[in-house]
Amino acid sequence: MATTATEIKVTPEIAAEHGLSAEEYARVKQILGREPNITELGIFSVMWSEHCSYKSSKVHLKRLPTRGKLVVQGPGENAGVVDIGDGLVAAFKIESHNHPSYVEPFQGATTGVGGILRDIFTMGARPIAVLDSLRFGPITSDGDVDARFSDSPLATRHSPLSSNRRILDGVIRGIGSYGNCFGVPTVGGEVAFEPCYSQNPLINALALGIARKEDLFFAKAKGTGNPIIYVGAKTGRDGIHGASLLASAEFTEESQQKRPNVQVGDPFMEKLLLEACLEAMQTGAVVAIQDMGAAGLTCSSMEMASRGGTGIEIDLAKVPQRETGMTPYEIMLSESQERMLLVAEKGREHEVLAVFKKWGLDAVVVGQVTEDGLARVKNNGAVAAEIPAHPLAEEGPVYHRPLAAPAPRIESEKDWFAFAAEGTNLTQNFLKLLASPAIASKRWITEQYDTSVRTNTLAGPGASDAAVVRIKDPRTNGVKRALALSTDGNGRWCQLNPRVGAMHSVAESARNVAASGARPIAATNCLNFGSPEKPEVMWQFSEVIDGIAEACTALGMPITGGNVSFYNETLGHSIYPTPVIGVLGVLDDVSRVLKIAFRNEGDVILLLDGLAVGATLGSPAPTTEFAREFSSSEYSKTIGAIVAGSPPAIDLASEKRLIDCLVALASQGAVQSAHDISDGGLAVTLTESCFASGSFGANASLESNTPSEHALFNERGARAVVSVAPTKLAAVLAIARQYNVAAHEIGQVTRNDAFRIERKGRTVIESSVKTLSDAWANSLERSISLANR
Amino acid sequence: MKFGVVVFPGSNCDHDAFYAIGNVLKKPVEFIWHQSEDLANCDAIILPGGFSYGDYLRTGAIARFSSVMKSVEKFANSGGLVLGICNGFQILCEAGLLPGAMMRNSGLRFVCRHVHIRVEQTDTPFTNAAEKGQILKIPIAHSDGNYTCDEATLAGLEKKHQVIFRYTTPDGSNDSAGNPNGAINNIAGICNRERNVAGLMPHPERAVEPALGSADGLVIFRSLVEALVGAAKATA
Repeated sequence: MATTATEIKVTPEIAAEHGLSAEEYARVKQILGREPNITELGIFSVMWSEHCSYKSSKVHLKRLPTRGKLVVQGPGENAGVVDIGDGLVAAFKIESHNHPSYVEPFQGATTGVGGILRDIFTMGARPIAVLDSLRFGPITSDGDVDARFSDSPLATRHSPLSSNRRILDGVIRGIGSYGNCFGVPTVGGEVAFEPCYSQNPLINALALGIARKEDLFFAKAKGTGNPIIYVGAKTGRDGIHGASLLASAEFTEESQQKRPNVQVGDPFMEKLLLEACLEAMQTGAVVAIQDMGAAGLTCSSMEMASRGGTGIEIDLAKVPQRETGMTPYEIMLSESQERMLLVAEKGREHEVLAVFKKWGLDAVVVGQVTEDGLARVKNNGAVAAEIPAHPLAEEGPVYHRPLAAPAPRIESEKDWFAFAAEGTNLTQNFLKLLASPAIASKRWITEQYDTSVRTNTLAGPGASDAAVVRIKDPRTNGVKRALALSTDGNGRWCQLNPRVGAMHSVAESARNVAASGARPIAATNCLNFGSPEKPEVMWQFSEVIDGIAEACTALGMPITGGNVSFYNETLGHSIYPTPVIGVLGVLDDVSRVLKIAFRNEGDVILLLDGLAVGATLGSPAPTTEFAREFSSSEYSKTIGAIVAGSPPAIDLASEKRLIDCLVALASQGAVQSAHDISDGGLAVTLTESCFASGSFGANASLESNTPSEHALFNERGARAVVSVAPTKLAAVLAIARQYNVAAHEIGQVTRNDAFRIERKGRTVIESSVKTLSDAWANSLERSISLANR
Repeated sequence: MKFGVVVFPGSNCDHDAFYAIGNVLKKPVEFIWHQSEDLANCDAIILPGGFSYGDYLRTGAIARFSSVMKSVEKFANSGGLVLGICNGFQILCEAGLLPGAMMRNSGLRFVCRHVHIRVEQTDTPFTNAAEKGQILKIPIAHSDGNYTCDEATLAGLEKKHQVIFRYTTPDGSNDSAGNPNGAINNIAGICNRERNVAGLMPHPERAVEPALGSADGLVIFRSLVEALVGAAKATA
C-alpha cells in the first residue's frame, strides 16, 4: 500500500485496500460532502474497522445487562468502573491481543498487557493486578481427537507441536517481561489447549485498578480553547494499520509478513507514563485523558472530541517523532505504544508539562479544543484532514449480519464416550489426566510472572479458585477490603452449544470468585470469534450473547465492559467460539479468604451441590445422556480421544444457591478450604486440595448411580468441595440447608501420603499423593523443555 | 530515626518498602527522588527493587550514575546504613559499594517464588535482631540474581563473614537445592567489610505480614531499627 505521498488520489480500489466496502466508502463521501484525501481515508478505515467500531457486534451487545446499583461506569469508556465501598472504585477490563501474538508472540503479548494497563490508568486508577486468559494449540499429542471427527470443526488440525510451544514460550515471556517491569502483579488467569488455537492463539489480558471515586477521569474533550497535550513515547512507523489490517482480517499463509504491523512495547516507558499521569491528574489541571491504543492518535483524538461533543485541532508538525519524513497518514495511523493524549485547563498547562518533565517524558501542546465539531489535522499549517468528529466516531456502519445455525452434527451412542466396566481401577487414567497440559500445574508459567509486587496478593495463582488482592487506600495506604478475580471460558463447550457453553463460562467464573470467599458483583467479557462474515459465526456470537446475558442476569452481575475480537481464523478455519468472562468480587473481611488447600487431618470433606436435594437436571437421565454430556469433558478428550456430545446441562438457580452458600460459609469462617469442581471433575478437585496443602492426603467414598468414570470426572457445574473441622460440621450443614444446597459427606482429610477413592466398596483410585503430584506438577515444564532441545 | 527510600525511574518496589516501614513497623519514612543530592537527614537508606532505567544496558548500570547515588556513596563511606533490595543490590554492586556482579539466572528465566535463606551472620545492622542460623521464608522476583565474583573476592567475603544470607531448603539441610538462580556459594545477600552496606536479592519488604504468606522479612527491618536506636543511645 502506498503511504509515502499525501497527494495520492483516492480511488474506490484504494478504499477497498483499506478494508472499506463500497457502501462504507460512499458513506465516507456523504459525511465529508466530497472525496476524502489519503489521510482522511486512513482515518476512516481505522475508525470503521471491526476492531474499533464494533460494527458487526454492536446490535448484539445491546442485549447484555449493563446496569446495576454498584456500576459507576458501564461500557463505552476505557474501562468499566464499580463502587467497592469506602469511597473507592475498581476499574477493570479485559482485552484481546490475539493476532499480533501469533505473528510475533513476545511483542504481541507485551503490547497486549501494555494496552490494557493504559486503559486502567487512563481512568485515574492505579493498576493493582493483571490476569491472563490464554489459549494455544496443543503442546503434546495427548489431546488429539479420534480420526472419526475429521469432518467436523472438532477435528484435530494443528501446527507442529514445536510451533505451538514456541508461541507459548514467547507469549509467557512477553507477559512476564511487561508486567514484571511495570510493577503490577500477574496474579491469575487460565491456560487452555485446543487444536483450533494452533495458528490463532488467544491472548486475553485483564487489568484491575483502584481509585478514589472523586479521582476518576474520563475521555471527554471539553472547554473551547483548552490545550491538547501529547505525552509519552515518540511516534514511529510501527503498528500502522494494526487495528484495521491485522486485527480485522483473517489469517492467510502470508500473515507472517504482517510482522511490521505488530507494535513494540517498552514497559519502562509505561511505568514512567503511569506515575507521571497519576501525578499530573493530582494537579487538578487535567480536563480529560485518553490513551493511544488501537488506531493511535486517530482514535484518541476523534473519540475525545466526539464524546465531549466538541471539535479539536491538532498540528502534526508538533508531534514528537522518532523518524524523519513521516507523512500525516503515517503519524495519524501509527500504533507506537506508551502514548497518551490529554486535555488541560487553559492557562494551567505548565503545571501538567512540569510533571512530565520531572519524569523525563516528552509532553507537547499539539493543538486545542474547538467548538465547530470538526476534527482538523494540520501539518505545518496546511490542513491534512478535516472530518466531522461525531459522525466519524458514532455514525459509522452498523451491520445486522446474517445468522445461520450450522447443520447439527448427527451423533449416536457410538460416537460418545464408552464408560469402563464397573470395578475397573482408574488410577492410570487419572495419572494421565493429571499430566495433561489442560489439567497440569501451571506453576512453570506463573513463576515467570511477578505475583507478589505491591504486597497485596492474598491468593496468587493456584492458591484459591480466584486471585485475591487486598486494597490499600491510594491516599492513606490503609488496608480496606479485598477483591477477587477470575477469568473463565470453555471454547470446546461453546463449539458444541454456544449458549449453554457461555452460561457455563459465566457461572464458573462467579463460582470461582465465591469459592475464594468473595461476593461476585460485576463482570467483563472478551469475545473471541471467527469471521463475522460467516453466518454460522454470527449465529454463535448471537447465541453466546444470549447465554451471557441470561447467566449474568440470573447471578446479578452486570457487564461493565469488554472487547470483541472477530476474524480469529486461519486458512478458512474458525476458532471455537470462545467468550472469556472475568468476574470481580468483593471480600469485606480480608482475613476470610478461602483457599483450596486442605488444612487439618480429620477434617470432613463435603461435596456441596447447588442442585436442589432430590432434583435432576432436565429429563430423567438415561445412561446414554450421561455419555453424551461426558463426551465433552477433559477426561473424554484425554483418555478417550473423543470430543462430542454437549456441555453438561446447566441450572442457573442451582449456581446462584451454591454461590450464596459459599459466600455465607466464608463470611462466617465456617470452612477450612473450598475448591469448585470444574475441569477434570471431582477427582481432580480433591487431589488439587491435597497438592496445595503440601502434606495431606484424602480418603473418599462416592455413592451415585452413574458409572464410576462419570462420578469421578464429570464436569457438571454448581458443585464445590469444602473441608470442615468436625466441630463445625453441624453448623456448616445448617448453613447449606438454609441455602437449599445439598451437602454430602464424602470423606476425610488424612495425614498420610495416601489418596484413595472408593465406590460402592471397591477402590477405583489409589496412589500416593507424591506419585499423583509428580505427574501433575512437572508435566508442563517437561513438555516445554522438549521444545528447547 | 528516619528511613529514606530512593525512587529511581523504574523503581517499582519503592511503595512496598515505604509501606513495610511506615505502615507495618510504623517508623518515619520518606521517598528520596533520584535527582536529589539531599538525603533529607535520613538515618538509613533503602535502594528498592524494580527495573531502574528499564534495566537497559545492564541491571543497575545506569542508576549508579544518578545524582542521588553520589550522596548515597558519601553517606555509606561515612558509616551510614544502606540496604539494597533486588535491583538495589544490583545498583550497589555496579556502584562498587559492594563487591561482585549479577549474571542472568542459571535457568535463563525470570523467577518469582518464596525461597528460604539462612541468616549467616548476626553482627550486622541488618541481622542483629535475628538468630544465627535462623531460616527466613522470603519471596524472590528477578531475572538477574545469579551473584558472582572472582575467587579472591569470594574467599575474602567468606573469610570476613560478609555473606549474611545464603539460600537453602526449608529445613536448612541442602543449600544448593534451595538456590533458585545459580548464585556462587548460594549467596543471597552480602555486606561490605565495614558492615554498614548490605544487599540481598530476596524481597524482605514483601514478607512483612502473615497474610502475604510470611512475615519473616520483618526481622531485617527490625534489625535496622535496633541498630539505629543503639547508635542514637551511643551518641546521646
